[in-house]
This record gives sequence, structure tokens and C-alpha cells, in this order.
Amino acid sequence: MVGAGLVVIGVGIGIGKIGGSAMDAIARQPEAYGKIQTAMLIAAALIEGIGFAALFAVS
Amino acid sequence: MILLKKKSLFLIALLFAGGLFAKENEQNQENLSAKEIQKKEIKEYIMHHLQDSYDFSLFSYTNEAGEHVYFGAPLPIILWDNGLKIFSSSKFHHGETVAEVDGNHYAISHNKIYKTDTAGTITYDEDHHATNIAPLDFSITKGVVSIMFTFLLMFFLFKNLADSYAKNGGIASGAGRFFEPIVLYIRDDIAIPNIGEKKHRKYMSFLLTVFFFVWFLNMLGLTPLGINVTGNIAVTLCLALITFLLTNLTGTKDYWLHIFDPLGSTMKWYAKIPLYIILIPIEVLGIFIKPFSLLIRLYANMQAGHIVLMSLIGLMFIFKSWLGSPMSFGLAFAISLIEVLVALLQAYIFTMLSALYFGFASEEHEHHNEMEAH
Repeated sequence: MVGAGLVVIGVGIGIGKIGGSAMDAIARQPEAYGKIQTAMLIAAALIEGIGFAALFAVS
Repeated sequence: MILLKKKSLFLIALLFAGGLFAKENEQNQENLSAKEIQKKEIKEYIMHHLQDSYDFSLFSYTNEAGEHVYFGAPLPIILWDNGLKIFSSSKFHHGETVAEVDGNHYAISHNKIYKTDTAGTITYDEDHHATNIAPLDFSITKGVVSIMFTFLLMFFLFKNLADSYAKNGGIASGAGRFFEPIVLYIRDDIAIPNIGEKKHRKYMSFLLTVFFFVWFLNMLGLTPLGINVTGNIAVTLCLALITFLLTNLTGTKDYWLHIFDPLGSTMKWYAKIPLYIILIPIEVLGIFIKPFSLLIRLYANMQAGHIVLMSLIGLMFIFKSWLGSPMSFGLAFAISLIEVLVALLQAYIFTMLSALYFGFASEEHEHHNEMEAH
């Protein structure tokens, strides 16, 4: 149970950081919005995948 | 407190094990209040929804006489048990009775068909695995029907689109007008940037198929039909397996060099040995981890989405108050909207990452030139 919680905390921090950084990047270069969004989604999906895998392993 | 923790741990395990241990709960059913029974009913209902089933029942209720009434259609069951056995799933009466076919008896236990005696007894070992013989099962289940439906839908939609190009001189008509930009998006923004102008055509058919297949099935899962195909690990496993095979069978020399000789000519061979003891196993593991993460991501996302959605709907019946029920209804509605987005996003991610892996597989020498330039 504790492990599952830790996993979710880690994933939350990770995706939060990606989202935040993407926001910064878009604010700096609004014209690169599409590319930044794509890269953001891929990174978020990768972290999420690890998170789910860990959740399954923990439970 | 510890007892409570253990209970919740068990709950989580139950959620993920797909109700494998449902038998254990049934023993102490008598001394439970009506509310607890209802909670368990809802839990069982959610578990049932997540699983594939042998009949396409839309809903069921218990009438005044205490009989279960089901609305839906039975589906064919195809078994290989010393010869082909084909019969309708209505013989099982929704898993409640034993089906007799050519002198053999079959019963459903935990969503699997087992061969039994006339009374339908199923014996369990200490790990609660049935010890009865399980015949090879090729049944047309609910999931298979959904896949066939999606297949037909996709075939006619895109056949129509292709025909309209031929007829109108390159201009899409009808539903094709909606799908044409999506097809172009997949080509111009997923395939070409990741695989490259030269080689993307080879992979386009798979990328388009997998995108629309996953998207349509995800969307079907949000309809009240109660279909959960992409939340079935066997389906996502097969999809990921195709990506895995395509990646490795079309891999170029540089792809394999990247795995077994990642440092190339930047180092002397004797300097590479200690590094490669670590690097090569990691790279080889990576071949398998990439498609594995694909399969887990799609499966877990859809499964989790369905569990959350069904739990919120179940909460309405647990609260049964003017405050709680509308609130959980609102939440369920909001989650449904998010799920529509997730359905598209997961299809996109699956296609995107597949394209990325195909890009790795068809890379050519760029990598080594880059290294030398540094």
C-alpha cells in the first residue's frame, strides 16, 4: 500500500514537472506550441507507463 | 487498525486480480448488513464489467419472484475438446447452470469454461485454482464481437473514403471528410517526423490501423454497451506484439549495431569490454521493455478509467441522498468527458510511440556521424 502511494507521488511530481516546464517553454516560444505539446505528451506517457507498471508490481 | 489495513490491501488486490478470489468472500456472507451487501454487489458488478463475457447482456435485474432477468443476446461458444464443440452460450444461463453437449458437461467458473460432471462440481487446489480440465476455448465472446464490429466499421468507413477519391477525382466525401485530416495528421505529424520521409510509407498501414482500431475500441468502451476491449491485457498484448515484431523484423544493420555495439568506433575494443558487460544487457532488455510499456500503458489506462467511472456511478447508489448522488453523478459526467479525451490520447500515444520505435529500427548511420562531429 505504501509502495503504491509512493509510486503515485513520484509519478505526480514527474508529470507535474513536465507540465510546468512545457508551460514555461510555450510562454517563451508560443510558435513552437505544437512541437512542445507533442514532446510533453510523449514524456508524460512514458512516466505514466512506468507508474502503472510499478503499481501493478506493488499490488 | 491493522485489520482495516489488511482489508483495504485485499480490496486493492481484488481490484487488480480481476476478482480471482471472489470465492473467498462468499463464505462469511450471512452476518453482513444490507449496506455492506450492496457495496459488495457494486464491486462485483464493476469486476464483471471489466471482464470479457460469454454473452452480450446489456443489463439484468431481479424481478419480484426472485428470478434474474437478463436483456441481451447469447453468443456462440466454440470449444476444442477431442473434437469441435459449438453451442450457444444460452445453455449456461449466464453461468448459473451446467451445459451438456454430446454427453460432455461444461460449467463456467471465474469466467473460464471447465469440463465437469453432471452436477457441475469444480474442485479447487489450495491456491483457489480450478483443477478441472479446461478445454481449448475459441469462443466468440463479447470482446471478439466488439473487435469484429470495429473491423467491419473501419473496413466500410475507409473503403468508402478510398472509393470517394477514385470517384470524385481526389476529393473525399461523406464521413471521409472527417477522417481525411486525421489520416493526414498521422502521416505528416507522426510518421514522417519520426520515421523519415524515405521509409514512412512502409509503416503507414500499421500506424493508421492501430490508431483507428484503438481509438474506436476506446470510444466503444464509453458507450453503455459495456464493452471493455482495450482494457483487456490479451488485446493490448497482441497489438504490442505486432509493434515488437515489426520493429525487429524491419530493423536495419544500424539498429542492431546500436544495440550490440552502441559506442561504435569511438573507443578501442578493449576499453569497450567492461562497459558492454552492462550496456548490452540493458539494450537487449530495452527491446522487450519498449513494447511491454506500450501494452501496460494502454491496458492500465483503460482499465483504470473504467474502474473510476464505474465506481463513481456505483457511489450514487451507495449515497442514495439528495446531496451525495447528484455530486457523484456530476463527477461521473466529468470523468466521462475526460475519458473521451483519454480514448483519443491513448490511441495517439500508442501510434506515436510505435512510430518512434519504427524510427529507431530504420535509422541509418546518422547516429555515428553525430558522434564523430562532437
